[in-house]
Amino acid sequence: MSIEVIRPGLLSTVQDEGRTGYRRYGIHPGGVMDTFAARAANMLVGNSRHAAVLEMTMTGPELRFQESQLVSLCGADLTATVDHLPVPLWRPVLVRAGSVLKFGQCRHGLRGYLAIAGGIAVPEVMGSRSTDLKTGLGGVEGRALRVGDLLSIGEPSGEAQGWMHRMEQQVKESERDHRILAPAWLLSERERPDYYGQPVIRVMESKDSSLFSQESLGQFYAEKYVISSQSDRMGYRLQGSRVELDQPLDRLSEAVTYGTVQVPPDGQPIILMADHQTIGGYPVIAQVARVDMPILAQARPGTRISFKKITHDQAGQLYMEQEINMQLIDKLIRRRMAGMGSA
Amino acid sequence: MTKQTYAWTEEILSPLGETAVIIDCGDHLSEAVQRRVMSVCAFLEKSSLPAMIEWVPSYTSVTVFYDPFISPYPELCRILLQQLNQMKESVQDKPRTVTIPVCYGGEWGPDLNYVASEHGLTPEDVIAIHTSGDYLVHMIGFAPGFPYLGGLSELIATPRRATPRLRVEAGTVGIGGKQTGIYPVDTPGGWQCIGQTPLRLFRPEENVPSLLVAGDRVRFKQITMQDYLALKRKEGER
Repeated sequence: MSIEVIRPGLLSTVQDEGRTGYRRYGIHPGGVMDTFAARAANMLVGNSRHAAVLEMTMTGPELRFQESQLVSLCGADLTATVDHLPVPLWRPVLVRAGSVLKFGQCRHGLRGYLAIAGGIAVPEVMGSRSTDLKTGLGGVEGRALRVGDLLSIGEPSGEAQGWMHRMEQQVKESERDHRILAPAWLLSERERPDYYGQPVIRVMESKDSSLFSQESLGQFYAEKYVISSQSDRMGYRLQGSRVELDQPLDRLSEAVTYGTVQVPPDGQPIILMADHQTIGGYPVIAQVARVDMPILAQARPGTRISFKKITHDQAGQLYMEQEINMQLIDKLIRRRMAGMGSA
Repeated sequence: MTKQTYAWTEEILSPLGETAVIIDCGDHLSEAVQRRVMSVCAFLEKSSLPAMIEWVPSYTSVTVFYDPFISPYPELCRILLQQLNQMKESVQDKPRTVTIPVCYGGEWGPDLNYVASEHGLTPEDVIAIHTSGDYLVHMIGFAPGFPYLGGLSELIATPRRATPRLRVEAGTVGIGGKQTGIYPVDTPGGWQCIGQTPLRLFRPEENVPSLLVAGDRVRFKQITMQDYLALKRKEGER
């Protein structure tokens, strides 16, 4: 089973939850930028959370389905259509053999996720299928998709096969030639992070925070920062009030991670994203709470964001609540899918 | 036997977000602190912290990445401190010494002459000083397989270039201030490029994907252009 790439889009890469265990060799974890959307997309097609999805940035690709597949689209709204029919987001969707999935303008957000029942079956490199554009590892030959690529798809889970079977039955019974079929329910906005509001990013103090001047810290929390166009999967550069240290500091490099907010000598903060370097030498003003990383991942260059300080305990609590929420959503999806045929 | 002289108290732990904790092993760079960092790593390698996913050494600290849904931060810290206090700071097994063959100068090291003239030396002096050093791999990071090497002679310490090169070729040996290192992959870079090694530092096909690991000792050896080309061919065939 495979999917043919007719047009690749601006930057479409195969990603999963990333590589772990190699940071000490300088290899960053990488993986999907919006962990919420990607995980939800996998749940909606009965995949494990580790399955590889397609991450599509701003302009989506054009894909031909050789066989019927159960897919889902989550995250940014890249106005997907199959034979001019809009494909709904945040739902399982049965796309029938021969269909072409096209994407148009990006209406909301920045990164769309396409999950396919069975997952994208590129070979694993160091325990992950994530594309690392910098070293050329993982994904499809370590690069973004190109015209003519064939993406092979793994074996759908037993559950997904059951769902697909029932959906196919429905299509037959309706005696119409549906190109796509989706249930009426979806993951409601209540169940997802708020992608569309003015992003207020919650951060906690780092061990370097106290090295910054009181005035700088005040500004950092009071003012808005614009996400610069020089932002990518490695880091978001911000433009706004200059942040300064109390005294110049020759800091020794140390481990950094996803969400670490560094301040280089020009005083403009940088938030490290999925493809961050493993070690950093710049002072760290704050650390973004995990729960708000999906919101950042969907914020386009030019977006104005502000920071709100929370404690490390609060961040931990929110992260736990999000995890519990995800597990509830997973149960809900299964219940909804199981009830689908009988409705 | 080294006696334990360092206090593993709560103050040495600080969170790096919700999924990592930094263990401070000292506040300045020294052989003693480096030994402590390596002891902690060796200890973590053998210990069984169920929540631990991986750890990363640096000059003066070790950062442990963990799953907060297995052990939340306070619990993780408690277990870590308990274990660290039982740890015996071990004298390292004899560290491995890796010899890195380098073709200095010319198109392989376009900044060699600059480094020499900055210090009133000849290029040969710079090579002699660089190859006589005994370097310690403090950590691997920044890029896959990139070693942060300590032990560069002050005689050839040179500030970074004012404008970084857009592309430094993989294998390039550079000097950045008091550090020396080797670029493992093609990348933009601001260090003074003095030579190139034919060895591949990043080895994604291998179990340990980095030629060098923290704690290794490194020596540089000058080779000729012919040796360079021959070795490079051999590395390419691996």
